[in-house]
Amino acid sequence: MSAGASPGIKRRDFLRYSSFGLALSSGGITVLAAAKTAAPANSLNPYVMIHDDGRIVIAAPNPDVGQGVNTALPMIVAEELDADWQDVEVILAPIDASRYGAQFAGGSLSVRNRWDELRQMGAAAREMLLRSAAQQWGVPRVELTTQPSKVLHTPSGRTASFAELVAAATEQPVPADGEVVLKARADYRLLGQRVVNAAAADIVRGRPIFGIDVSVPDMVYATYVKCPQVGGVPKTANLDEVKALPGILDAFIIAGNAGPPSFDLRKSIHVAGGVAIVASNTWVAIKARRSLQVDWDTSAASTDDSRAIEATALSAAGRPTGERDVKRLGDPDSAFAKSSSIVSGVYATDFVSHAQLEPQSCVAHATSTEVEVWTSSQTPGFAQSTLAKLFELPAEAIAVHQIRGGGGFGRRLSNEYVREAAVISKHMGKPVKLQWMREDDMAFDFYRSPAYFGLQAALSETGELTGWRNHVVSVSSDGEEANYGAGYRGYNFPDDVVPNVHISQTMVASKTPTGAWRAPISNVYAFAEQSFLHELAEAAGKDHRDFLMAALGADKWFKPDDLASLNTVRARKAIAAVTQAAGWGRAIPKGRGLGLGFFFSHAGHVAEVAEVSVNADRQVTVHEVWVAADLGQIVNLSGAENQFQGSIVDGVSALADQRISIRSGAIEQTNFHQYPLLRLPQSPKINVEFLASDYPPSGAGEPALPPVAPAICNAVFNACGERIRSLPISRAGFKVV
Amino acid sequence: MITFSLNGDSVSFKGDPNTPLLWVIRDDFKLKGSKFGCGAGLCGACTMHLDGAAIKTCVLPVAAAANKKVTTIEGLGNPEALHPLQAAWVKHNVPQCGYCQSGQIMAAAALIADKPDASSDDIDQAMSGNICRCGCYPRIKAAIASVAGNSQSYDATAVEATS
Repeated sequence: MSAGASPGIKRRDFLRYSSFGLALSSGGITVLAAAKTAAPANSLNPYVMIHDDGRIVIAAPNPDVGQGVNTALPMIVAEELDADWQDVEVILAPIDASRYGAQFAGGSLSVRNRWDELRQMGAAAREMLLRSAAQQWGVPRVELTTQPSKVLHTPSGRTASFAELVAAATEQPVPADGEVVLKARADYRLLGQRVVNAAAADIVRGRPIFGIDVSVPDMVYATYVKCPQVGGVPKTANLDEVKALPGILDAFIIAGNAGPPSFDLRKSIHVAGGVAIVASNTWVAIKARRSLQVDWDTSAASTDDSRAIEATALSAAGRPTGERDVKRLGDPDSAFAKSSSIVSGVYATDFVSHAQLEPQSCVAHATSTEVEVWTSSQTPGFAQSTLAKLFELPAEAIAVHQIRGGGGFGRRLSNEYVREAAVISKHMGKPVKLQWMREDDMAFDFYRSPAYFGLQAALSETGELTGWRNHVVSVSSDGEEANYGAGYRGYNFPDDVVPNVHISQTMVASKTPTGAWRAPISNVYAFAEQSFLHELAEAAGKDHRDFLMAALGADKWFKPDDLASLNTVRARKAIAAVTQAAGWGRAIPKGRGLGLGFFFSHAGHVAEVAEVSVNADRQVTVHEVWVAADLGQIVNLSGAENQFQGSIVDGVSALADQRISIRSGAIEQTNFHQYPLLRLPQSPKINVEFLASDYPPSGAGEPALPPVAPAICNAVFNACGERIRSLPISRAGFKVV
Repeated sequence: MITFSLNGDSVSFKGDPNTPLLWVIRDDFKLKGSKFGCGAGLCGACTMHLDGAAIKTCVLPVAAAANKKVTTIEGLGNPEALHPLQAAWVKHNVPQCGYCQSGQIMAAAALIADKPDASSDDIDQAMSGNICRCGCYPRIKAAIASVAGNSQSYDATAVEATS
């Protein structure tokens, strides 16, 4: 992509685009319905369209909320197509499962799930161009090859651009999977290079490409006020007073569903009860909130008190075993009985909010027969299916347009704000833009669940780890199942490596909604387990790196060919690389420390070392972080590095002072003054190393997050001798400066 | 009626003079580059220039802009060429989600206009009011340092993208 100039879209192209998706570089969100049947001219398959003027348009299928898949996924197509990236224009694909399968952003799965499909799509399109040239020139197909954006007949030296060939190529039959040969990795021109984000030119110019920027004709502006005590519903409100304010078009109660919402992304059609205020512009709607008075029915609302939840949970976690058994391997009781020493530690983490920088918004136009929405959802397919269920309409009557999102981190997986916008629009009989305030976002999140772990380990006389107990204390809304993110994670290390293991669980009541927060579950387990392993190394009198390497056990891939299972060979390579890069074992001045953390999640083996200093005022400076990872092959090196740098900043930000507290079912924090995010001066120097790897690529958005907290907390211990067992570290009086 | 200069054009606004400048620019003048992040002057996503100074406009009444020069991200540089900071942002592949970057660039542009050779400390100070939730800080700093001509104070080369 050229950085300097934006190609824009010429008027004559609009009809073609309308059936292909939304243009990313359009100088504005082009509001066009996705025609689901007509194939666009010069399109070789759902991902590749080539213009006469040489532009190669590649559709980006999955939502991009900052993880870079609108660049990485088209790069995969472009590589196999052998397109010159300078000729490529990325557009957002329409939401259409029949052509694009599952279109979502979650689990760091976009690259991993689409790797084979997109290579095939690029290669098939290339093959059609080649066959078309062979026919036109009357030469054998085997004598033809490609160079970027053109076909070459080496014997004669004849060439033709993709643009010259595409019209005839569309007549070629689509090659079957077995008929095309994918490139050898050694022949890659693009993958593994550092490539600028396809949206960068639009972003730096402030072009209107985000959900909040969407504008459609006749649109009105809405704000939606919900009960601070989560799950409460309105009884009455001073609607007449609000409606009398200048610029207010309407104010009305939506009865909604009583009780806290569910994180069941596929099934939930929950709409929280509340009061909609609709106005001629955003500010008039916002301002009217000050005049609104609502009498709430809180009979079904949450009554959570986070201090009470924590006290109950910590008390439970202090017991070595819980109410129910989850897993027993070997003979843990005898291992503990025979051990030379037993080490115990209770670890805890608080509720955390996503705080993505773009507050939720959605433009919706709902009538009695159709619903159309424009939104930055991470799960636009579920937006479609749950809207169909809510409005009792067939799926074909629901059109969802994906729009770039200002941060996701899991917050945009749920579509409750989409349903709110649609319900308000239907009431108004007009297109509505619903805009959440930051205060709404913080008060009505699906939070990262708190987690509590009573950890115990048995060490032999020679300091080997022989037994492992984890009493997982989980918040639960029904006393049976753990709330999302609070349960037992159940895989691999250390649980399946230590010979004798006992995992048990106790439930603590909580109705506060929880959901997926970047590397869900992994992020809290990594902190507890990887910090505790450092405690064990200390207790055994061993170097942390050596202890960790030994604790990983034999060389083993737990489920061979399943990238989502731990491979201890790859794990040890990452630990070896990062400790070498950081100069593990070097002399460190007093008051400074290096700390190590490793975690396997999202198919990524990631090890990190942090260097921190701690002063007498308990101020913690994170000077530098090294990360080494085996993510398989790298698609966009710059994009992957950016994700890793961001994950480490995010990790520092969250562990420093981010916590959500709850009183009488209501969230106490309202905005960034009470919920601080890391600022530029506190951001550490970050060194990223991706290990050479022949495995298929895996996602970069999440796996670098989990090791951050243990690496830093272990470094704090090495700097000042104090063990941190609770996040955020501000709870122990530490301050990241 | 409030009259001010918007990216070089004289404009006027007839609505509530207490309306924050951000919403006037976004809803009335349809320039969407400046973003709403917190509504409380805490995150900097709404940063514009008011007579050249970087200002958080989600809490600034439009009345405060009367007879002043407002510059938004759309007015930075000129139609033909990116501002050097915008070009540096692309070269360093700074954005992840990109939502905060208009505000980041405007804050940086005010700094560079004031101190063309801004030091590492100058950058830290000038940029501390702008949150990047995605954590692009290493690249933001590298991009600014490259324009300030003191890249040696920060590792700017490690993150440059080539296409």
